[in-house]
Amino acid sequence: MLTQLTAAETAAKLRSREVGAVEVAQAHLDRIARLDPEFKAFLTVHPERTLAEAEAAQKRIDAGEAGPLTGVPIAIKDNVSTEGVPTTCASNVLKGYVPPYDATVVSRLREAGLVSLGKTNLDEFAMGTSGENSAFQVTKNPWGRDLVPGGSSSGSAAAVAGELAPLSLGSDTGGSIRMPAALCGIVGYKPTYGRVSRYGLVAFGSSLDQIGPFGRTVEDAALLAEAVSGYDPLDSTSLDVPPVSTEALKDGNVRGLRIALPRQFMGEAIQSGVREALEAALDVLRREGAEVSEIDLPSVAVGVTTYYIIAPAEASSNLARFDGIRYGGQVEGDGHIGVVASTRGGLFGHEVKLRIMVGTYALSAGYYDAYYNRAQQVRAVMAAEFETAFQEFDLVVSPASPIVAFPVGGLSQDPLALKLLDLCTIPANMGGFPSLSIPCGYADDLPVGMLLNGPVGQDERLLQAAYAIERALPWGYRRPPMP
Amino acid sequence: MARYLTSVGMEVHAELLTRSKMFCRCEVGFGGEPNTRVCPVCLGLPGALPVPNRVAIEMVLRTALALNCQIAYDSVFHRKNYFYPDLPKGFQVSQYGETNPLGYYGTLDIPAADGGTKTVRIRRVHLEEDTGKLMHLPGGGSGVDYNRAGVPLMEIVTDFPPDITTPDEARDYLQQLRLVLLYLGVCDGKMEQGSMRCEPNISIRPEGSETYGTKTELKNLNSFRSVQMGVEYETERQSQVIESGGRVVQETRGWNESTQSSFAMRTKESEQDYRYFPCPDLVPMHFEEASIERLRATIPELPLAKQRRYQGEFGLSEYDAGVLVGDQSWAGFFEEAVGQGGDPKAVCNWMNGDLLRLLNETGQVALAGGQAVAHGHGTPATVSKVTPAHIVDLVRLVGSGQINSKTAKTLLDDAFSSGDMPSRLVEAKGLTQISDDGFIKETVAQVIAENPGPVEQYKSGKQGVIGFLVGQVMKSSQGRANPTMVQDEMRRQLGE
Repeated sequence: MLTQLTAAETAAKLRSREVGAVEVAQAHLDRIARLDPEFKAFLTVHPERTLAEAEAAQKRIDAGEAGPLTGVPIAIKDNVSTEGVPTTCASNVLKGYVPPYDATVVSRLREAGLVSLGKTNLDEFAMGTSGENSAFQVTKNPWGRDLVPGGSSSGSAAAVAGELAPLSLGSDTGGSIRMPAALCGIVGYKPTYGRVSRYGLVAFGSSLDQIGPFGRTVEDAALLAEAVSGYDPLDSTSLDVPPVSTEALKDGNVRGLRIALPRQFMGEAIQSGVREALEAALDVLRREGAEVSEIDLPSVAVGVTTYYIIAPAEASSNLARFDGIRYGGQVEGDGHIGVVASTRGGLFGHEVKLRIMVGTYALSAGYYDAYYNRAQQVRAVMAAEFETAFQEFDLVVSPASPIVAFPVGGLSQDPLALKLLDLCTIPANMGGFPSLSIPCGYADDLPVGMLLNGPVGQDERLLQAAYAIERALPWGYRRPPMP
Repeated sequence: MARYLTSVGMEVHAELLTRSKMFCRCEVGFGGEPNTRVCPVCLGLPGALPVPNRVAIEMVLRTALALNCQIAYDSVFHRKNYFYPDLPKGFQVSQYGETNPLGYYGTLDIPAADGGTKTVRIRRVHLEEDTGKLMHLPGGGSGVDYNRAGVPLMEIVTDFPPDITTPDEARDYLQQLRLVLLYLGVCDGKMEQGSMRCEPNISIRPEGSETYGTKTELKNLNSFRSVQMGVEYETERQSQVIESGGRVVQETRGWNESTQSSFAMRTKESEQDYRYFPCPDLVPMHFEEASIERLRATIPELPLAKQRRYQGEFGLSEYDAGVLVGDQSWAGFFEEAVGQGGDPKAVCNWMNGDLLRLLNETGQVALAGGQAVAHGHGTPATVSKVTPAHIVDLVRLVGSGQINSKTAKTLLDDAFSSGDMPSRLVEAKGLTQISDDGFIKETVAQVIAENPGPVEQYKSGKQGVIGFLVGQVMKSSQGRANPTMVQDEMRRQLGE
């Protein structure tokens, strides 16, 4: 079945003319039509546009101008700006907004000849851990229709796990790619901050946000990263370095790999099944010649607290533009401030309003030093701790999520518990270093993700290590129980 | 009534003369159809990101250097958060902090009443982005024009306690600052178009008091005169409030040009909390000392220093020197003429007199060689055919006695329209001054013979009538006779 192929396999079959791009696109559109009413991964599908792009891709293939992913379908998180296609951030405040411009990553996908299937669901404005905060629908985990897929890139993860798309793009501010990748049993990769342009990504926490790929294999994720990464003059925080290279991807093995396991990530907060799966995986790696050492990273204990000051502070400012004046929804009110208040009060969801208020408070005169400034200092300490660890180790590993996929509604009464789930993923955003989740085992028949963190800018080495680990582990990617 | 002292803090916003906006490539311009110079970035569309305009940063650094500021070698942009319809992102990118603005702790010299200079301390020079413009729509309701949104805006603020204490000083400060910006080529200084905007903060206190009074901020001042009048009006209004037992309210007041009075716009009861924080979309700026020194080397002699130099070096009056430096290209014209050997005073007189009149009448500009037409956002002016060399030539012709000043005026008119050198015109038209002794004697004798009446009057003591008789000689020589020689000869013959 075409939809079960990896992106690399699909691309190879396209290049050898074994299949056509339209045929591949149609297979995915058919599966979306059949299964997405259940999965609810997509907010927008546009079959005509998809097929037109597939035809164009086929022409490039026929002309011998195909790149590594030409003709391969992709799904895009709905907080990435797409010209002519609604971009809602799963929020009522952006309902009906159709951007007049493409994000840089979207332009690069087009240049690389990928075929877009549509826009995927997310926690409203990427604020959430479970995927339940979308204003429009709750995406289901292909591993169990009563389970959450994880968030905030819920739709992008579920689409790849559910074989609705071989590839997708998500965004990650505190774990929004790696958390759902872990819960859905696929690969999710957050590149080094600045390696993928943020131009066109609707900002949540600008200093933390990073676009990244989902795939069912490390190779697929790496190929997609290669296609969308690289310097962008439209993003001042973009790094002036070449795109992520996949050239040496398959060269490495785990022998001699120096792996650090911070004790702080293996404590009480971690579900026993998750801990066992991770330990079993690490045992395999040890047997294959990797060195695993326990270390201490004391600052991660305050990571979540720190994150929930910095991210909301930036969000409170980033989301100020949604005032109902220029685009999106508007609720009537008395005068300008009346319109702004009723629009924001009426159209933002609860979690978004909560974070805007927390962030506004943290930036207020008299509190700025105690909260925002202090949080930035802690952030620097945390980044330095990891930097020190990376001088001695190739990887810092941990569970990606402390728990496996849980029932929809299971934690929604306990917002703090939900936020604490970001414990392991947050440091990579704080320190800007690359971080990736791969399936490493199963607990209660649900996937467990292993989080691999590498030093800033060393994305190629991280991907190479991940590729080698993926090969070494006997309990890697598995198809969810689905049609 | 007690005597009150006025204190004026000046906040000036200057739109920078960059080609493109502060954080995007949209063109900077004036007027035009609303919302035609906009893009995702300056409209603040979701996902759009700013990229700073390096030229704008350099312009602010050069201004800061010209204003003797300390330079922030490490500087960041902040977000100033507030809601207003003309603010597309819900925040304005600006610069906050004591020593973070690109320039801080500077000075600007302004002319003092005694002919010397007075130093006004500058608190900060920083860079930010302009907002859009609210417009009332013809059919009712209001709209926003974002053409101006994102235009690079420089803010220059004077220090506290204020050095400016009179309406005249407020005007002079603004005039000098505008000239400095024009000399640096960073702003076109068009107050009436709003490319330079001034908001004075005015307070009064009784003479002898150390405590500064409550200040009011004045907006909508679109000329030097309105700044002067506004400060004067506020001083008077505030003293009347206090005299009648009232209390000055801290507020923003608008200036009504037609009634020459201010009106309350909004009260500043509590300081608004803008929640400034470093803009995470922009990387911190860092400048090397060498690059700052390179910029420093581009700072020209500033207008007031130039004016004082002209007064000292060339003995020009304060007024004349002021007119020359009032336009950088005019000063350049003057300096080139002097450089070519023209007598400074004579050059100045011709320039500020007849040439300026001709230029004003025709709407042309006069430029020295190599000067470019000052670039603003308006239509470029026509460049006059008269160059410094023309003026030097004219001054020489007069100085050497070859032509008299009356002929010279005619020649300038001629050169202005034809572009020909005055000495060439003199040759071509045979206009040389006649200093021939025989001719003058003969003509004077003839005039005396033809005018017995006036001659009689002169001889009976009415000495003033000699002007008429000399005039007759000039007339019959078509203005070419040497007037000094005619005068002398006339006295001699009449005295016989």
